[in-house]
Amino acid sequence: MKKDNHLLFSKMSMKLTENDVTDERLFKQRRRFIKSSMALSLGAYFPQWVIASTAALSAQFTNRKKTSIGADLKPHSMEDIARYNNFYELGYDKEAPQRNASALKTDGWTVEIAGECGKPGVYTLEDILKFHTFEERIYRFRCVEAWSMVVPWLGFSLGDLLKRFEPNSKAKYVAFETIYDRKNPLPGQRRKILDWPYREGLRMDEAMHPLTMMVTGIYGKPLPNQNGAPLRLVVPWKYGFKSIKSIVRIRFTETQPETSWSLSAPSEYGFYSNVNPNVSHPRWSQRRERVIGSLFKQKTLMFNGYADAVAHLYQGMDLKKYY
Amino acid sequence: MLKGVFVNGVGIAKSLVLLVCFLHVCYLIVGVLQGYLGANPIESLTHTTGEWGLFFLWLALSITPLRRLFHWNFLVHFRRMLGLCSFVYITAHFSIFIVFDHFFFLPSILEDIIERPYISVGFLAFVLMIPLAITSWSVIQRKLGRYWKRLHQSVYVVAILGVIHYWWLVKADILSPLLYGMVLLVLLGVRAYFFYRKNIRV
Repeated sequence: MKKDNHLLFSKMSMKLTENDVTDERLFKQRRRFIKSSMALSLGAYFPQWVIASTAALSAQFTNRKKTSIGADLKPHSMEDIARYNNFYELGYDKEAPQRNASALKTDGWTVEIAGECGKPGVYTLEDILKFHTFEERIYRFRCVEAWSMVVPWLGFSLGDLLKRFEPNSKAKYVAFETIYDRKNPLPGQRRKILDWPYREGLRMDEAMHPLTMMVTGIYGKPLPNQNGAPLRLVVPWKYGFKSIKSIVRIRFTETQPETSWSLSAPSEYGFYSNVNPNVSHPRWSQRRERVIGSLFKQKTLMFNGYADAVAHLYQGMDLKKYY
Repeated sequence: MLKGVFVNGVGIAKSLVLLVCFLHVCYLIVGVLQGYLGANPIESLTHTTGEWGLFFLWLALSITPLRRLFHWNFLVHFRRMLGLCSFVYITAHFSIFIVFDHFFFLPSILEDIIERPYISVGFLAFVLMIPLAITSWSVIQRKLGRYWKRLHQSVYVVAILGVIHYWWLVKADILSPLLYGMVLLVLLGVRAYFFYRKNIRV
């Protein structure tokens, strides 16, 4: 079963050609920067890049591996990726997370590993990341609100991380939690519009799928805070809200974990939340989506275009029931 | 006649309101072309036109309570214009839905109207506004006589549907539709109070 996944996965990447996105974009950014005579600096634009470049992690960012995954997709600009976000912890409208980004403090970040595994404990971010080679993969990102983007993520397969903690035979699901300090909540957490902390979860086979990614950066640089720094999940065949941001806790569980949107409106958001043009949300037809930057909508693909790689995970399941 | 309109204060104030709307629409159109409406300009347009449509409808609905409470009778001159401004914004709101969300494709338009409850009520509110806009012309108003008033009382239904539409479309942060709902409650409450007082006296 696992071998099959890898096979499909490598087949998918083989189809695509080599492409070096990061440098092309940075080149463009530099050119635009020089062109505009305004006294802006990239450091001022993305202060967290500066902080991270001084951290011990910088080697992993510089020694990243280029992959050809998604080389046929045209990624959106860093400007769009950094300014159009749903991250309710940092505010409820799309540009609020960018405005309030500095409220999220990522230094001294730790991740608690818990539940059904051999090596539970509290790990520093460095401990979490240091054994992994960062890869750049370009994925489609489809929000449940029927808009989408293409993002060049930097990170590694979640499965490689999870294996290190030796999940046992009872580990059927993986649950994730976003940062929440009751005494010092983030700006959006002061009102209880969701039951904080934000929670998400995956079935074990979904979590171990090679496409499922632990992400630390975009365009070869550390994640901007509003995009879920310092560590987030990306599951490209599921609606964006499954790709939980700013993770502080990972727990292996025997039963299906609670997930925030499903708790908030169970009839609207299910546990699986696979991108599926044939199953509509009460408020959004999921047949079509607006790619950010275009005025009109285009057709949404089954499993967000990753059906070849992931459809087998759901064989025999009624996707209308398990939405 | 033109001179008369511009000499009095009401005329100037009305022109200013129209100027604000005109500049706002210019700002939106240039915003789409220049890209300062954010990463998803169509979404911004949809939200802004909907919000301004509600806002102007609420202004129009506040005229009668203000007259009753403070006897600012000159405000009645603004009511039709405010209602029509609301109608123009809501028409733009609906047109964006037809053009940019569906590109005139009727089956998907109908599917959205039928299957999405928030769109159903929004659409119904828009449809109910059309006869009000048409009969706002003073010639028709005079011809309709006392029926005009009864017809235009359906604006209360439009407003309530507008709040429901807004409420059902937000994902989690209901603060804004809640505020609109509470203000509407006050506006209708004042009307109800004066209605009962009048009827009790009679």
